[in-house]
Amino acid sequence: MLKIEHVTKIFGGLKALDDVSFSISAGEITGIIGPNGAGKTTLFNIVTGIYSPTAGKIFYEGKDITGFPPEKLARLSMVRTFQGIELFGQMTVLENVMVGLHTKSRSGIIASALKLPGHLREERRIRERALSWLEFTGIKDLAHTEAANLPFGKGRLLEIARAMAIEPHIILMDEPAAGLNSRETSDLAELIKKIKDSGITVALVEHDMELVMEICSRIIVLNLGNKLAEGTPREIQENEKVITAYLGDD
Amino acid sequence: MKHEMLKFFIFMTVVLIAPVFLKGGYLMNVLIFVGIYTILAVALNLLLGLAGQISLGQAAFFGLGAYISGVLTATHAVNPWFSMVIAIVTVGVIAFIIGFPILKLKGHYLAMATLGMGIIVYIIFNETVDLTGGPSGLPGIPHLSFGGIIFDSDLKSYYLIWVFTVVVILLSVNLAASRIGRALRAIHDSEVAARIMGVNASLLKVQIFTISGMFSALAGSLYAHTVTFISPTSFGFNVSIELLTMVIIGGLGSIYGSFLGAAILTLLPEFFRTFQDYDIIVYGITLIVITMYMPGGLVRGVPLLVMSLFKRRPTSAPSEKDG
Repeated sequence: MLKIEHVTKIFGGLKALDDVSFSISAGEITGIIGPNGAGKTTLFNIVTGIYSPTAGKIFYEGKDITGFPPEKLARLSMVRTFQGIELFGQMTVLENVMVGLHTKSRSGIIASALKLPGHLREERRIRERALSWLEFTGIKDLAHTEAANLPFGKGRLLEIARAMAIEPHIILMDEPAAGLNSRETSDLAELIKKIKDSGITVALVEHDMELVMEICSRIIVLNLGNKLAEGTPREIQENEKVITAYLGDD
Repeated sequence: MKHEMLKFFIFMTVVLIAPVFLKGGYLMNVLIFVGIYTILAVALNLLLGLAGQISLGQAAFFGLGAYISGVLTATHAVNPWFSMVIAIVTVGVIAFIIGFPILKLKGHYLAMATLGMGIIVYIIFNETVDLTGGPSGLPGIPHLSFGGIIFDSDLKSYYLIWVFTVVVILLSVNLAASRIGRALRAIHDSEVAARIMGVNASLLKVQIFTISGMFSALAGSLYAHTVTFISPTSFGFNVSIELLTMVIIGGLGSIYGSFLGAAILTLLPEFFRTFQDYDIIVYGITLIVITMYMPGGLVRGVPLLVMSLFKRRPTSAPSEKDG
């Protein structure tokens, strides 16, 4: 599904990622964990085309996508969410999700400006689709709220609804549980499982170990830009190197 | 949807009955300029209000539209309508070409680059004396005509210009409410998230910059054929700042707001003639006051102000509080 091969990223002499390789298999939830500064977000930024790697290659569904810009990856059904949630604050919740349907609609500048009949039909269709994604994440009642006014937890759900609107084959979530209370976190766990059950591959960077151990079938541990370990939640919990990295040397 | 229809209805009523009250007086002439400046302000608003990309060089596109139309008709006797089309297309191509490098810049850098663009074009108008007539201007531009009607009187020009203004407003309102408008507003709020959603941000920014340039060129061509004389001062830095003030006064992203901003800034100096020499200072102060106290512009700020006035009364009355 997603294969990272010997990826290195250097920022002005600092090695954020050093020859990292692993793969993520289709239909699973894979967790990427590691202490702060391990290079997890950098890795996501490279996979989703926000940065290009200094060296190494990324393969997605058998295709070399190294250096593809994000908008091209969206058309290949890859999507992500952000650590600090990146909403379109001045737009309504519904409009946010309608932007998620950008690749599922076609009206160009001329059709839009002239309000051609095909354009109006398409507007109605994507409005309904957007509403159904809001229903999926349970925030349909907030459809007409301005996104900037949402409480943080709901904003997270909106970001997921918007990402789902792309109909992704893979969704990369950067710390989805950050800033959520325990109730919201357990609802999030259910939502992520629901996403996986609908056949979508999930990769998540996360600090909440309880959540990671509960929902992930495979875990990759990064430390200081290197891959430290890889395995099932049980294997990771028992791995000496991982314990040392997290708790320090005694 | 209903809301939009109502706004359009009010707008059209104002436009259609204004000449009846003014009966062709001097103010008719001013209203022609309100129309032209509305097109220019709407054009800038598509770029600044929707996509969040600033341009301090809009007067360049306005001027290029005017000069291409003017030179082709006055010097080379080309049909005015045909020259208008050439002006719009040429400016569109120019905007598209310079849009790619210039729109890679963000914020202050984009402001500086567009400012530079405006100044360069202004210098060209002044220096290419053989072509443009230089600082003394280009006279003898013919009026537009259609089926035997020559648009030479204020009343005829008024309706001609406002037909174009209404069309530009309608197209812009539609665009703002569409998939393209949403993608542009998404770029405004978070370019990286918009790209993750599949919006080709760099291309879309160039496209809206091009449309903005083409609308401005249309305004320029209409200006040239209405006034029949053009000189570089009408397309200087002041004009770009004036347009920016109009957009911000009316409200960023609000198409009808741009009409309001254009109307206020064109009409007010006529009533306060004493300000004439200090207009740039008045614009500056207006800009500061509006951005500080009414960041959403008049279109959003005035309803909020009215609401807060009505709300304050009951809460300040003790009988209401107790009950």
